[in-house]
Amino acid sequence: MNGDNVLEVRDLRISFSTYAGEVQAVRGTTFELRRGETLAIVGESGSGKSVAARSIMRLNPDANTIVRGGEILFEDNDLLKLSEKRMQRIRGPKIAMVFQDPMTSLDPTMRVGRQIMEALKKHLGMSGRRATERAVELLDMVGIPNAEARVRQYPHQFSGGMRQRVVIAIALACDPQIFIADEPTTALDVTIQAQILELLRDLQERIGSSVILITHDLGVVASVADRVAVMYSGKVIETGTVREIFYQPKMPYTWGLLASIPLPTADRSQELIPIPGSPPDALDPPKGCPFTARCQYAMKVCAEEMPAYTRFSAEHEAACWLHHDMAPNVEPPAQIGGHR
Amino acid sequence: MTEQSTNGQAGETPVLLEIKDLKKYFRIGRESLKAVDGISLEIKRGETFGLVGESGCGKSTAGRVLVRLYEPSGGSIIYDGQDVGEAKGEAAKILNRKLQMIFQDPQASLNPRMTVGDIIAEGVDIHHLAADKKERLDKVHELLKTVGLSEEHANRYPHEFSGGQRQRIGVARALAVDPEFIVADEPVSALDVSIQAQVINLMKRLQREKNLTYLFISHDLSVVKYISDRVGVMYLGVLVEMADSEKLYDDPLHPYTQALLSAVPLPDPDLENERERTVLQGDVPSPVFPPSGCRFRTRCPEAMEVCAEIVPDWREIKPGHFTACHLYYDARAEQRESQAATAG
Repeated sequence: MNGDNVLEVRDLRISFSTYAGEVQAVRGTTFELRRGETLAIVGESGSGKSVAARSIMRLNPDANTIVRGGEILFEDNDLLKLSEKRMQRIRGPKIAMVFQDPMTSLDPTMRVGRQIMEALKKHLGMSGRRATERAVELLDMVGIPNAEARVRQYPHQFSGGMRQRVVIAIALACDPQIFIADEPTTALDVTIQAQILELLRDLQERIGSSVILITHDLGVVASVADRVAVMYSGKVIETGTVREIFYQPKMPYTWGLLASIPLPTADRSQELIPIPGSPPDALDPPKGCPFTARCQYAMKVCAEEMPAYTRFSAEHEAACWLHHDMAPNVEPPAQIGGHR
Repeated sequence: MTEQSTNGQAGETPVLLEIKDLKKYFRIGRESLKAVDGISLEIKRGETFGLVGESGCGKSTAGRVLVRLYEPSGGSIIYDGQDVGEAKGEAAKILNRKLQMIFQDPQASLNPRMTVGDIIAEGVDIHHLAADKKERLDKVHELLKTVGLSEEHANRYPHEFSGGQRQRIGVARALAVDPEFIVADEPVSALDVSIQAQVINLMKRLQREKNLTYLFISHDLSVVKYISDRVGVMYLGVLVEMADSEKLYDDPLHPYTQALLSAVPLPDPDLENERERTVLQGDVPSPVFPPSGCRFRTRCPEAMEVCAEIVPDWREIKPGHFTACHLYYDARAEQRESQAATAG
């Protein structure tokens, strides 16, 4: 493992067996997480971004998950091969995760304080009194006013934004090295989203953990990420620094994503450029580049074979046949890439 | 809140829908939840009026009252010169046909046990718009093509479609009865961005072709700006600002609108880096016990004493640009003047 990396995911392949057949959710995903950075994994529903993240925590359902291959390296261990018992000592204290819906992540019958203390007692062996103090500190740190009274309340007594703060407090309780946030603001209103994003930026500065942020919202990506990995149909099709992805994207799917969002600065008379069609079926994914059917630049080879990654800079890579020596020269749509 | 009106710019296009002091309260035990608490606005024929606000602001309730999914608790709705509340029997049925709705969740709003053809034709049957089976089927096929699906989709069931395709079915169902006015409640919020653009472009095209009028309800400010001619911003059951869409975004007057716009993260990292944000503190108060005076005052960075005491008037601050905020007029001075006038 490279010394700068806290986590490496290599050629991960995860499937689910269903009545309809084998759903290939993650089909050879590779990315790494650097110390202290925020990596955003973007993609649409079904792109495999959440499944990839849950695999790191080993939270996919045992009953029907099939690991088809790959490895997840963390502290010289392959997380895919660890016993459940050893995994329990990583899940929580070392790698923590926050989910989209804060209500379903909290136990409605348990006081919020006890839910935070659970981790403190189990993993850090704190006494009841010390854990209570720490729970109050944590609630205070995530910006919940009147924390001393709030630890004694139940989840339903909190608003959506406050619940998400509680969940973040639980995740941060043991100072994890890696913090995974799966659509942490998607269920929240914009003004509350702004509060939570500010909190996440602020906490990262203070605690210095490495963050994986999973989202479909490119605005959120632009405002918090250092690096971006774009996923489509179970594969990372482009990765780079946030500026590279937004200003010099190289893959037509990334172009399409950027061109299809209405910007508040956009001219209303100009039509949005949608990506035609819909993503491929994960039960029977195409053999070549999965974007071929929706790509206006597609060539014969695209349907036949998955392109290799072309490297554009130290961080910037994309998998697209357009960057092969023999491919025609194609310019991205005018709306994107042109800034600054 | 006092009488709201947009009469300042009358005379261009005829007003199709006029809402006056519309209220919708829900009873919760002994209390009442004031979901919509006196909104007034006019929507012109052929325009798209965007209604934005956070969850719980009453925007969806307002839309549902308009298509009579809820009975209003007060106020009136005038559609094309006709009082919607007074309409009974045949007249009510005609209104139901003219006013249609597209829902947010295309999964929940399509009956899973009906074929797509029957879903689309349900309105056609109810309103007797097809003379025979053949005409009915032709209509279904034409509608499917209009929304970018194909004829063979008529015999399939909703679960066989993707989210974007289901939303197209929802659009086709609304169009089946030749409506004039469509309330679209978060029509693209459940869809992925690449699919969102498909549905937005479809709605814009249909509006041009069929001269439809839209009330477009959404929490997504970028989408609302893109599709709307005029936009109203709601907070806790009342309108706080209304203007042409460009004006509202370039020059927001109400502190809530300003905060809302500044909270939207933009897909542009350099811009995001430079941006100064007003992050609102706290949450939206309960609509069962809204704050006195201006409802936004508990979270407003510019709140003054007067905001707690007097409900701000709805006023036209610039041509066609309305807001209800104490920053733009001196309510106390005016009160003193009017008291002096009555005393004198």
